[in-house]
Amino acid sequence: MPALALVVVLLGVWEAVVRGGLIDPLILPAPTSVASALVSDVHVLGADLWTTTVEAVLGLLAAAVLGAVIAVAMHLWSPARRTLYPLVIGSQALPIPVLAAPLILLLGFGLTPKVVVVALICFFPITVNLYDGLRRVDPEQRKLLRSLHASRWQTLALLEAPAALPRAFTGLRVAAAVSVIGAVFAEYNGSENGLGHLVLVSLAQLESARTFAATLLLFALALALYGAFALAERRAITWKGP
Amino acid sequence: MTTVADLHRPQQDQGAGVAVDGAMKAFGDVRALDGLCLRVAPGEIVAVVGPSGCGKSTLLDLVCGLAEPDGGSVRAAPATLMPQRDALLPWLTAEDNAGLALRVRGASRAEARAAARPYFAPFGLAGFERARPAALSGGMRQRVAFLRTLLAGTPVLCLDEPFGALDALTRVQMQEWLAGTLAREPRTVLLVTHDVEEAVVLADRVVLLSPRPGRVVEAIDVDLPRPRRRSDHAVVDLAARALRVLGLGA
Repeated sequence: MPALALVVVLLGVWEAVVRGGLIDPLILPAPTSVASALVSDVHVLGADLWTTTVEAVLGLLAAAVLGAVIAVAMHLWSPARRTLYPLVIGSQALPIPVLAAPLILLLGFGLTPKVVVVALICFFPITVNLYDGLRRVDPEQRKLLRSLHASRWQTLALLEAPAALPRAFTGLRVAAAVSVIGAVFAEYNGSENGLGHLVLVSLAQLESARTFAATLLLFALALALYGAFALAERRAITWKGP
Repeated sequence: MTTVADLHRPQQDQGAGVAVDGAMKAFGDVRALDGLCLRVAPGEIVAVVGPSGCGKSTLLDLVCGLAEPDGGSVRAAPATLMPQRDALLPWLTAEDNAGLALRVRGASRAEARAAARPYFAPFGLAGFERARPAALSGGMRQRVAFLRTLLAGTPVLCLDEPFGALDALTRVQMQEWLAGTLAREPRTVLLVTHDVEEAVVLADRVVLLSPRPGRVVEAIDVDLPRPRRRSDHAVVDLAARALRVLGLGA
């Protein structure tokens, strides 16, 4: 585990730097203070972790459904591709604060606007990867299905969808990794709880150990969501080869 | 002008055969076929041999109704293509790959499997029903692909360089195996290959094509008893004659 060794070394250096007084612990708390904040603030952190997890997971699910519908529509119907593809790409340029005001106005401070923001960020890698996967099918296999007079839907179900599955999972894993930062951005723009909210409040109160503890949990949440999809991928894709 | 829909309607006068009259096909500036004429009688095995890029695969596309000729006519009984390489779907088991044509025609997964399974033992695939293509040898993959083509149930089979990707020894085994299988399950076969010995071993007639744009240079009747072997004198002589016609060999 070279990664683990590197982390241990870095943590040691970090601890030494802060304890040696080279950096003010208000700016950079020592790893041991972060660890003790993790323990002492467990009730606050746990509740906020749950809130953010629910936002990220629901947003991911919404993004998966939306991304699949858009990708299949673009694949099957070229007017949909011409109409939707530029909008799909453009959607990633939308600054979240610009969206936040109308979303809060329409949907309030609760869960729904966060799910919408997460879904908006996450549907992009899912759509683009699935769409590419559907298009990049082996031409010989496509020819075979045509020779058997497969209908459009049969070609999709028997050939294109399974062939696109590995790429779809790539999209889902990327989406899982960015869903957490999506939830944090959403919470920054108007919320009463969640780890993003906690980070914002703790920063203002100079509770730097708690801020870092919350960040550590965000890090772990992203890894866990990514790992869940990686596990699902290994269960679903049992074959080898193109 | 023949439409794609017409191609799949068996023609009264053709029975289970194939009739290609003056077929023209171009891709942009590249003329693949230039007035190609070819007939395959019902039950006949015709091998088409020619240099790379002479339009052999295009010919099969026309016969299978995957493309329309720019000129001339192509009439054929329903035909199933065995594409170059095996085109097996890696996520399906061998039996599901073999029964793919039946699934497409509306059979359930169980029905398609039940139809495919009895062929596994005679095809030398016993025990590999549930294996994925990645777990099969090259020769076994070709046999599954051929079974898939056979189970489509069309009178005409179009085989596009079926053994081109195999090593030399496996190829010889597979040629003998295919000859035996076609003796038991007679079909009208249009076989595209660039191996003249393979053509002579398997076919009733060998049609030699010119370099692109492809036209028929000569058709050689193979009146040799079966089973034939690549090492038979008569096979070697005919193959040498075919190579001379193609402008190769002494």
